[in-house]
Amino acid sequence: MKALRIFLNGVVKENPTFVLLLGMCPTLGTTSSAINGMSMGLATMVVLVFSNFIISLIKDIVPNMVRIPAFVVVIASLVTILQMLIKAYAPEVDKSLGLFIPLIVVNCIILGRAEAFAAKNNPLDSIFDGLGIGIGFTLALTLLGAVRELLGTGRVFDVALFPETYGALLFVLAPGAFIALGYLIAIVNKLKKN
Amino acid sequence: MSKFIISLSPHVHGGDSVEKNMYGVCVALVPALLAGLYFFGLGAAIVLTTSVVSCVAFEFLISKYILGRDGRSVTDGSAILTGLLLGFNLPSNLPLWLIVLGALVAIGVGKMTFGGLGQNPFNPALVGRVFLLISFPVQMTSWPVAGQLTSYLDAQTAATPLGLASQGRLDNLPDATDLLLGNMGGSLGEVSALALLLGCAWLLWKRIITWHIPVSILGTVAVLSGLLYVADPSTYMNPLTVLTTGGLMLGACFMATDYVTSPMTPRGQVIYGVMIGIITLVIRNWGAYPEGMSFAILIMNAFTPLINTYCKPRRFGTKK
Amino acid sequence: MKKLQSTWYNMAVVLTLISVAMGAALAYVNQVTKPTIEQEQQKALETGIQKVLGGGDVKVNEEKTLTDANGESLQVYYTDKGMAVKASDPKGFGGRLVALVGLDYEGNILGYEVLETKETPGLGAKAQTWFQAGAKGNIIGKRAGDLAVSKDGGDVDAITASTITSRAFLRIVNNAAATAMGKPDANTSATGLHKN
Repeated sequence: MKALRIFLNGVVKENPTFVLLLGMCPTLGTTSSAINGMSMGLATMVVLVFSNFIISLIKDIVPNMVRIPAFVVVIASLVTILQMLIKAYAPEVDKSLGLFIPLIVVNCIILGRAEAFAAKNNPLDSIFDGLGIGIGFTLALTLLGAVRELLGTGRVFDVALFPETYGALLFVLAPGAFIALGYLIAIVNKLKKN
Repeated sequence: MSKFIISLSPHVHGGDSVEKNMYGVCVALVPALLAGLYFFGLGAAIVLTTSVVSCVAFEFLISKYILGRDGRSVTDGSAILTGLLLGFNLPSNLPLWLIVLGALVAIGVGKMTFGGLGQNPFNPALVGRVFLLISFPVQMTSWPVAGQLTSYLDAQTAATPLGLASQGRLDNLPDATDLLLGNMGGSLGEVSALALLLGCAWLLWKRIITWHIPVSILGTVAVLSGLLYVADPSTYMNPLTVLTTGGLMLGACFMATDYVTSPMTPRGQVIYGVMIGIITLVIRNWGAYPEGMSFAILIMNAFTPLINTYCKPRRFGTKK
Repeated sequence: MKKLQSTWYNMAVVLTLISVAMGAALAYVNQVTKPTIEQEQQKALETGIQKVLGGGDVKVNEEKTLTDANGESLQVYYTDKGMAVKASDPKGFGGRLVALVGLDYEGNILGYEVLETKETPGLGAKAQTWFQAGAKGNIIGKRAGDLAVSKDGGDVDAITASTITSRAFLRIVNNAAATAMGKPDANTSATGLHKN
């Protein structure tokens, strides 16, 4: 039961994108289409689950004063490993997200969860926290990507819903990310109030 | 101290109001409106009507059904003005659905999102126009040739003077009379420099705006483009052409002077105007777009709160 | 278990241990994935070359790195079916544009593939399809060298509202042809697999 609560906390109550507003760089940079947003979310989730798990394991042997460098070494190594794996086994993903994968290292969600959760809880709970936050992030990025792709090109996951000539290019470009994210957050806040 | 007289209430009301200023600007736009109708005929009429009607409709619908207000803000004239200015900034052969979309973005995103009139950081009409320009560059940059009175979507198109200049073709620009009257391609309300200046003079005479913003923008552009022209007449346009083409005149007189989005003090307004002039010229000469007026105004709109902070008038009685 | 104290000794040992452990993990994964990554890159290149030369098996006889008139380095693959040239131009609308151009030995265009683009989605990014056979700006079969968009007096239709991208792309094609067909041994640094 506790695990489920931790998991749901990450997906809904502390959704990293819509509630905590963490990790804005990948959120705005990679969501030009639904599939890109989803891949980025999943990649981040994988790193998050492993980093939470490892950091929770080593939390007692890391002296307090060097915990941040120790965590960063762990996270950076995990991201590099993930990058090599993607390059080798999913070159298509690498082509569209290549630039943003190394940036997962500096995604504040990961270090944030390491500090706020993994360093204080047991490894199993930390895995669930990583899963919850990761899925919350993935859902948010996929939603944002889908909205931008739909408004910008008339497609969602490459399925055409209306002709491309009616798509507003702005939404595929960076400013459109800010506008779409702003309205999504407004809608989420409105829904949460009711 | 002797000049500063404070009397007890009741005070005399100056008669100034939002409605009076908004409709005043609308009246000032009439010469340019007529010029637009004269050069672009039916297309201009359709675009302007659609733009005004949809701006007013969106203002009413959003304030009534989304913000939950009484919807009376439609009558203050600001939505009509936004609609007119948006229409002025569009080519006269733009399809209807794009105009309606532009109006939705102008009123919905540019204005109502921030809470309605007085709260918006950016000029709503320009938000609508720039949204359309970036989103639908093909439709937004096919300019109809002036003088086709009965055509709308089927109007023949050609490059604008600024478009020609950005391709380095300075040889077949329109002559001085055409530039001044507005007999050239462009957005339907921006072409006639003379009509716009007439409206601007009316605004100044009625004291709806002060001279600081238009003069500092036009002055900066004139001086800098003059310097560039002297340095290399074969690459840069002569200052008169620079001043009369594109959205410069419309922007300097009507868009940049918007009360809500421009600085409050004269000193701030001059800084704002000079920066708009510089940014416009930089975009025109070295940027990717042939015209930079709308971007320049939006950029400086973003700086307005900062300018207001640093250009506060000295409080009476305090030391410098 | 009690948390370790932040003494110099503890901190140094723990950080070193973590770094060594992570370094080892990295080294291991690197070793496992390296051959696959290289294979993937090789495969991507080969597929690209096959595609721009009209499909089917292609035998690369020679590979050279040349410099074009603008000082851009380009990669030429001489094959039994023609030349595949990987060339780039720094002045696209959004930045550098890189394309693989397939040419026969007379300089006629067999195909092309845009490899890297920072052009605007929906406009300049259409270059990948715009100039293909049957599309509006078809250049397949034309002779490369002095292709130009119709605005500049040429006979290629530019991508709508993306003249700058179109110009950059045609520059790539022209430079690719000019350089690859030019004296192959002038100012080159040959990295040939085996010389003819």
